[in-house]
Amino acid sequence: MDTALPPTPKKGRFALSPLNKRRWKNFTRNRRAYWSLWIFMVLFVLSLFAEFLANDKPIMVSYRGEIRMPIFSFYSERDYGGDFPTEAEYKDIEVKCLIETGGLEICFDDPEGMIEAANTGTIEDAEFDKGWLIWPPIPYSYNTIVDIPGVAPSPPDENNWLGTDDTKRDVTARVIHGFRLSILFTIIVTSIASIIGIIAGAIQGYFGGWVDLIFQRLLEIWGSTPSLYVIIILFAILGRSFWLLVFLTILFGWPALVGVVRAEFLRARNFEYVRAAKALGVSDRTIMFRHMLPNAMVATVTMLPFIITGTIATLASLDFLGFGLPSSAPSLGEMTLQAKQNLQAPWLGFTAFFTFAIMLSLLVFIFEGVRDAFDPRKTFS
Amino acid sequence: MTRVLDVQDLTVDFRQDGETTHAVRGVSFHVDKGETVAIVGESGSGKSVSALSTVQLLGDSATVGGSITYDGTQMVGASERDLRRVRGNDISFIFQEPMTSLNPLHTIEKQLAESIELHQGLRGGAVRTRILELLVQVGIHDPESRLSAYPHQLSGGQRQRVMIAMALANGPEMLIADEPTTALDVTIQAQILDLLADLKRDLGMSMLFITHDLTIVRKIADRVCVMKDGEIVEHGPTAELFANPQHPYTRTLLEAESTGFPDPVDPQAKVVAKAENLKIWFPLTSGLLRRTTGYVKAVNDASFEVRAGETVGIVGESGSGKTTLALAMMRLIQSEGRIVFMGKDLHGLGERSMRPLRSDMQIVFQDPYGSLSPRMTVEQIIAEGLTVHGTAAGKNPREMVAEIMGEVGLDPALMDRYPHEFSGGQRQRIAIARAMILRPTLVVLDEPTSALDMTVQVQIVDLLRDLQKKYQLAYLFISHDLKVVRALSHKVMVMKRGDVVEAGDADAIFDAPQVEYTRELMKAAFG
Repeated sequence: MDTALPPTPKKGRFALSPLNKRRWKNFTRNRRAYWSLWIFMVLFVLSLFAEFLANDKPIMVSYRGEIRMPIFSFYSERDYGGDFPTEAEYKDIEVKCLIETGGLEICFDDPEGMIEAANTGTIEDAEFDKGWLIWPPIPYSYNTIVDIPGVAPSPPDENNWLGTDDTKRDVTARVIHGFRLSILFTIIVTSIASIIGIIAGAIQGYFGGWVDLIFQRLLEIWGSTPSLYVIIILFAILGRSFWLLVFLTILFGWPALVGVVRAEFLRARNFEYVRAAKALGVSDRTIMFRHMLPNAMVATVTMLPFIITGTIATLASLDFLGFGLPSSAPSLGEMTLQAKQNLQAPWLGFTAFFTFAIMLSLLVFIFEGVRDAFDPRKTFS
Repeated sequence: MTRVLDVQDLTVDFRQDGETTHAVRGVSFHVDKGETVAIVGESGSGKSVSALSTVQLLGDSATVGGSITYDGTQMVGASERDLRRVRGNDISFIFQEPMTSLNPLHTIEKQLAESIELHQGLRGGAVRTRILELLVQVGIHDPESRLSAYPHQLSGGQRQRVMIAMALANGPEMLIADEPTTALDVTIQAQILDLLADLKRDLGMSMLFITHDLTIVRKIADRVCVMKDGEIVEHGPTAELFANPQHPYTRTLLEAESTGFPDPVDPQAKVVAKAENLKIWFPLTSGLLRRTTGYVKAVNDASFEVRAGETVGIVGESGSGKTTLALAMMRLIQSEGRIVFMGKDLHGLGERSMRPLRSDMQIVFQDPYGSLSPRMTVEQIIAEGLTVHGTAAGKNPREMVAEIMGEVGLDPALMDRYPHEFSGGQRQRIAIARAMILRPTLVVLDEPTSALDMTVQVQIVDLLRDLQKKYQLAYLFISHDLKVVRALSHKVMVMKRGDVVEAGDADAIFDAPQVEYTRELMKAAFG
């Protein structure tokens, strides 16, 4: 039989299926979700470069014609012609003078005068070599102690835009780093916990019977473990760290999706196209992931916003209670705790509130749009 | 005669994503008092939409134009309050699916009482009396004991009777029945139609009857309107229209009946599959220790064999165990007894050892919408078996898919589309292609034509017959539709509640059924 073969459709690596194209169209039509996504992406990408935005070291230094990046590398004061083998204190006026003049000894006597002279170009020294520094917009890192007089927390001023906290650390810098930490923590925890949850739910729902029964009982026992105690105990034994917290949150967070995915798989395993695939002899794993998982994805995506906001809240509340990350870490929850302890410093409370409010609202708006875009009544109509 | 319902130049448009679909285009018909008018058409012809629009029951996405007068009152653009008065009181509806039309959480009494209390203002004992009266009227035996039953405790026929009782509760002048018998077994279908005819005569109601089944129309309607693509192509008194159809489409519909007989089987043909004393019992457990207290005997002691090029038809009403038998033959569920396939005893074979055999036995399911994964292209669906069993020598999967699509009558150029872009008949062809691409020797066909329109049914039956002749396929054909079974089967097996009540050559059984149950089925099917 003569059959004209249609040309094989070109499939780029990122080609979307018509279904996903339609979903993307649905999503973009929801203006609020679409703009929330853009704003969030801009904030997130900016926060990924937090070291370039808020840091107590200059981004770039030119010393005697040599370009140095103190953000990435260690330079001792000696490298700038000073005395100490420790890391250069770029904020010190002497170090600044050393860099700008090319390491003239005279900086230790009259730094201000030398800097001015260097800028006007009136130094008549053979050793003189004009240098410069580029600072980030916020010259403090999340753990920099700001060297200003007065009690901590100090109110906002032109140097510390959102004031400082109770250990004189710049709040703006802590917010930028804290935002990144929250989001990265959430992304890591949610994606790993979701993958585990989906696989566990899929296995339970697909095989049913005894597998399901035993798994469910184990889940019930697991779910009734008081996670907070376990976290406190393990932190006491192993010491606080970011990765330990990630591990523990995943450990207690993965069952969130199991129920939904299990229900979807229980429903789908009697679908005729699943039966048809079984009759073709397709393996269980292929059936689960090619035929059934796409169905379960809609329910998963609907659950995801709750898990994401829940994870952010978990991190914040652990920090708020003092059981979370080490106290030096840039944590929004810890800032909230400080705000509670320092009611005379409202900038702490307002900053923490607005950071959380904006972050969570943007996420909720985005996922609202995603959920609607995945709504089968809209995609299949 | 007085005109009860008069529809003039009705148009219904659906808007979606800025696209307008004209579902109904300039339809005019009328129903006189005491008359039954049938609207006949295939799926998508706009017959249900026309009926629902009479009391403005369509969703917000629909725009209704033209004029609909009920009892002299204009319904198009009428206020919600006026419409509601007409809907419950004067015009009642009976829908297709009696399971979903009844609320599963309320008893029959409560559901019937609700409407009676609301519309007639009766209270207490009077309501109960009226309910009993209605249940007797619709032919439910021992109505008192049925009052506290929940919908799932009733059979399909009884549920449809309850639905009719509900529709009659307020003494409507007009009954709109939207495919009221489609979901029912043939013998029950006949009973319900008789009931509707009796009630209409006794209560002097008018009836608008929507169906795709011309046999029903002939039995029940006074006048018929034939709809196609949102237009009425022909209308007239039933007897006249059936005797002398004018429009070619009406003629196609009338002729759309699976006829003919299968080609005789070569007596030397070898046995492909054989089942001996096949039993599928589902244990019923009770008590704390889940002890088995009894069994649901889904299939009880069935024995048969299929030879190459032969079709064994399995006939029975819903719940007779036909589909369970099919799934057991495919080794998709557990069973007892011997199943021999191509000389190999399948009993006790694990999934792994079954896999090589799977390419030789294939199944086609009833629902062409449910049996294709909505998220895969047609090519992926059809080629799926090849990923397990490998392609034929020197061919790539795409070529093989194109070839098989041509063979089942689909344009290979459509292979990159998704199932939802195809019609029901085309989808069933895709499902057949998926089974046929592996060149099986046995194909189990589980009601492959039931969900399709009559004209499409005929095409699918022809296709199946051609494929059988070409490849000497053995078919296990499961259906409740005796006409289709007659057209395809060499042997027939009649099942009732898990038991095989009669089996033998198709000719013998169709010409001279021995068992009462078979006779009943024949009577309901062939009239």
